[in-house]
Amino acid sequence: MVQEGQATASRVVLETRDVGKQYQLDGVEVNALRDVSIAIRAGEMVSIMGPSGSGKSTLMHIVGLLDRPTCGEVILEGDDISNLSPNQLAELRNKYIGFVFQSFNLLSRTSAQANVELPLVYAGVSGVDRSHRAIEALERVGLGNRLGHFSSQLSGGQQQRVAIARALVNSPSIVLADEPTGNLDSRSGIEVMAILQDLNAQGITVVLVTHDDRVARHAQRVIRVFDGRVQSQEAVENRVIAAQELRDLPAEEVAG
Amino acid sequence: MNFAESFRIALRALAANKARSVLTMLGVVIGVAAVILLVGIGTGVQDEITGQVEGLGSNLLFVVPGQYGGGMGGDQGPPSRRFTLEDSELLARRVPGIDAVVPVIQAGSTIKRGNRSVRVVVAAGSEQASEVFGGTLAGGRGYRKSEVQAGARVVAIGSTVRDVLFQGQDPVGKTVTLEGQRFTVVGHYESLGGGLAGDQDSQVYIPVTTAQRVFNLNYVNTIVIKATDADRIEVVKADIRRVLTPRYGEEFTVFTQEQTLGLLSDLLGTLTYMLAGIAGISLLVGGIGIMNIMLVSVSERTREIGIRKAVGARTYDILSQFVIEAVGLSVLGGIIGISLGWGGAELMARFTPVPTNVTPWAVATAFFFAAGVGVFFGVYPAWKASQLDPIVALRYE
Repeated sequence: MVQEGQATASRVVLETRDVGKQYQLDGVEVNALRDVSIAIRAGEMVSIMGPSGSGKSTLMHIVGLLDRPTCGEVILEGDDISNLSPNQLAELRNKYIGFVFQSFNLLSRTSAQANVELPLVYAGVSGVDRSHRAIEALERVGLGNRLGHFSSQLSGGQQQRVAIARALVNSPSIVLADEPTGNLDSRSGIEVMAILQDLNAQGITVVLVTHDDRVARHAQRVIRVFDGRVQSQEAVENRVIAAQELRDLPAEEVAG
Repeated sequence: MNFAESFRIALRALAANKARSVLTMLGVVIGVAAVILLVGIGTGVQDEITGQVEGLGSNLLFVVPGQYGGGMGGDQGPPSRRFTLEDSELLARRVPGIDAVVPVIQAGSTIKRGNRSVRVVVAAGSEQASEVFGGTLAGGRGYRKSEVQAGARVVAIGSTVRDVLFQGQDPVGKTVTLEGQRFTVVGHYESLGGGLAGDQDSQVYIPVTTAQRVFNLNYVNTIVIKATDADRIEVVKADIRRVLTPRYGEEFTVFTQEQTLGLLSDLLGTLTYMLAGIAGISLLVGGIGIMNIMLVSVSERTREIGIRKAVGARTYDILSQFVIEAVGLSVLGGIIGISLGWGGAELMARFTPVPTNVTPWAVATAFFFAAGVGVFFGVYPAWKASQLDPIVALRYE
């Protein structure tokens, strides 16, 4: 079961201190982020929310170690990583971050299992161990019977679950989900949220990036970003429990 | 990630685009096949010609008037003083350890019988000429010493000449016309096939004295000397110099078989390199084809590269994946090309008169060159792929 407030006392997995990001766009300097200080604790489920253009994506790239800040510090598991090279960041992503993207981003013409194995390939895990762990991860998202299916043979919801399995397979510190329901019908979306909440209940740290208030309220805590700054950080009241929504759905589905 | 993984990923990508992979490979296949085939022809021709020269015997020396340097020569005017029959006799008397001294005149002419005629090379020598000219009598005999001394109008003919003029009849004892004079055919030779000095089957052999009279010459072109054994060549060469220097100073040159061979090998070797170069150009074009396809492939798979980078692929992982793809294409193309080129060369040797010889050296060179083409033309697209920013790559549509 999901328990609110369980994470408050746990250690900090990732922290940003006065992080800023500037870049040039058509010769004009854009301040995408300014003085952003947030902390993500182990076992937490937190949403980063904001409208498009708010700097939410830039913050996600920094939290996901895909990008480096122009100023400020990023602390991952106690180490400052703001000045590492792209290759060093790649290794850290491989070890600490699992990505779930809006558009799934699975390799085409590649089986579900091979897709899930991908992070393990770059981690240098040997063949047998790799397939064992990939199968385990796929079973965890309820796709144990779809191992050999190509992405194109799977529904959107199933593809997103493969992506979640891929994000999980390396036992990362953070699963970073960027608009995970954006390309899904409502039922598949709720299923995906239910899986994320379930994984969080099992102790996995989940960061949700979304513009949708309802999606954001699946988390325990919401960080609102606006105009490149953190506007507010607050605990969610009336948290949406996807499993509950799912239980309410069948009648609706029969009718529609 | 280790090399085996990169290799597996690359193979899977190649298999996913079979038609494209095959077409890209075709460029390399054609290039390598062309290299193997043309170098095979070059080497084959070289082998055959040097073989023919060697077949003449490695104990021959050729004495020619004029001074020739170590190079290809050709910058001299006509030699001021030519050899005469007396020089030949002098050498025969004064140089020890030789089997034969043959004064040789060569001239182009036309030989006629009735209304049929054929262009021939007249090779005139002494009765010992058979020692240096080679060839096997198919019938009759060569000319005799008495006929040389008398300047008799007798001729031995090559197989082509016989076939054209006599068409299956036995030519021995019949008469032919050469330079307006009637000659009696005393012998004819078996076919030798195409050879070093042009077509030996189109040659006719007459006594050197007869040739001087018919062509109105008082000199000979060359004096050919056969040493009793190949080990004595240098000694004989020195003796020839000793005998001729008082008469001609430095105005003559003694070629040994080895020198002639060296000269020929150089020339034919150059020819082989030229053929290899021409074929190499097509291999280069094949390489550019690989580069082109790899560039297309990189931009098509931008998103895949983004995904790989997001889940932890380093620059090196992406680079090696794409380089291995390019090298895989070129190596596979190289292997197929070698098979085709080699097969083509074998067929050519069997069904055409062109001799071919595919050496392990040529195969190895072609193979490594093909692999090198893959690396050279694969690195740039692979480098481009490896430098993609994962954020940009993931957004790419």
